[in-house]
Amino acid sequence: MPLLGADMEAGTIVQWLKKPGDAVKRGDIIAVIDTEKATIEVELFETGTLQSIIVPEGEKVPVGTVLALIRTDGEVAPPAEARPQVAVAPARVAPAPTIPVRPKQPPPVTPAVPGRLRVSPLAVRVAIELGVDLSTVRGTGQGAAITAADVQRAAKVAIPEKPPSVPVEVPEVKGRRAPTMSPAERHAAMRKAIAAAMARSKREIPHYYLGTWINLSRAMAWLEAENLKRPVTERLLYSVMLLKAVALASREIPDLNGFWIDGAFRLSEAVHVGVAISLRQGGLIAPAIHDLDKKGLDEIMGNLRDLVKRVRAGVLRSSEIMDATITVTSLGDQGVETVFGIIYPPQVALVGFGKISEHPWAANGMIGTKPVMNATLAADHRASDGHRGALFLAAIDRHLQEPEKL
Amino acid sequence: MTDEEVKALLLRELRKIAPEAEVDEIEPAADLRQQIDLDSMDILNFMVAIHAATGVDIPEADYPKLTTLREAIGYLRGRMEGAAKLS
Repeated sequence: MPLLGADMEAGTIVQWLKKPGDAVKRGDIIAVIDTEKATIEVELFETGTLQSIIVPEGEKVPVGTVLALIRTDGEVAPPAEARPQVAVAPARVAPAPTIPVRPKQPPPVTPAVPGRLRVSPLAVRVAIELGVDLSTVRGTGQGAAITAADVQRAAKVAIPEKPPSVPVEVPEVKGRRAPTMSPAERHAAMRKAIAAAMARSKREIPHYYLGTWINLSRAMAWLEAENLKRPVTERLLYSVMLLKAVALASREIPDLNGFWIDGAFRLSEAVHVGVAISLRQGGLIAPAIHDLDKKGLDEIMGNLRDLVKRVRAGVLRSSEIMDATITVTSLGDQGVETVFGIIYPPQVALVGFGKISEHPWAANGMIGTKPVMNATLAADHRASDGHRGALFLAAIDRHLQEPEKL
Repeated sequence: MTDEEVKALLLRELRKIAPEAEVDEIEPAADLRQQIDLDSMDILNFMVAIHAATGVDIPEADYPKLTTLREAIGYLRGRMEGAAKLS
């Protein structure tokens, strides 16, 4: 079970998308996992053959548990006793503060463990939705496994006032199985996850804060002219320019781009910018747009649009959740001028942007009004000092004065 | 399209963008963004949806003319009538 964020403790396998014997390659989505925050598509970091699935669908296991075994290319088919093999997922989870030791002896694959119910994943979800206690349901499936139909039958007995003809609606996410949590459960779990991460941040990270006002006349004029040329479907949001400016500044002043792990700063060569996206029902997720420094504004806009859509639908990819190297939070739409950020561990910096508004602005001995925005930096004093942070904010400002080069 | 038809169309698209909002209770003369908590990505998606449904491409400079539901209905009716006269 990969660690998908500093605050995750366990995850539930919603669905396996590959079966034993399938050839799999790096980048394939092998499974769908439900965490406190979202439904995550788990990407693979190895190429080979899926040998066996260890944790069946519907089961919740702690972070670090081996989910499946993959025989990498070049390895010979192993004998019965398992030789060291690649466990799905934890490989790339560098920012993990603690990865629990995974069991040396993986639990047996067979689902027919005495005393455990055999339940199809669909049945589990239906049971949660209908509030049915699975231990009271008699299974009629293969090997007396409980099927969704069994649960529905049991629900009708338990809640007779419910009209029996109403079909149980099973929401589908892109043709895949839907998450196991109800919106209310998800909300409660998300608050808990945010609480854990933010409490850890405030407890462990000695934050320092810097802020500056940035004149956005040039950037906004450029954007307005650019959007005038474009049909509504291809227009850019100004936040795309802000993200790109942060990415370029991160490359120049790398002290703020990376992770604090085991008492040391690990600089990241890649710039994966986490974008804080609020959910309409409350809570937020900050998934990453990968290699943002190398992308053009149109590509970033496409990524952002796709990300917002998937965050609100609750389906994200494992790499997006795992590897943001710096995070941006933009609260301008909500009308605030200044953001005082809390760093998302193990990252070491968070950039905050407030709203753009007309302010009196003095330049060259003249006073006029300009569209101005307050940019702030919350940074980890263990990894950098105010001087570097100041250079970083100055670099963001400088890049925003040359919008055509973004 | 009548006012009622334009209103129904706008509410349908807003419902898609903000599924949890009480779209039917929107105050026609009050700020739409504030009432159902729309951010700039929501607004852009709203404009894209209006374009897809009516063919009207609303330039960014006109966004302030669609601040309230009533204004949006009036603006769209005007643009659609203008287009009908031209064709």
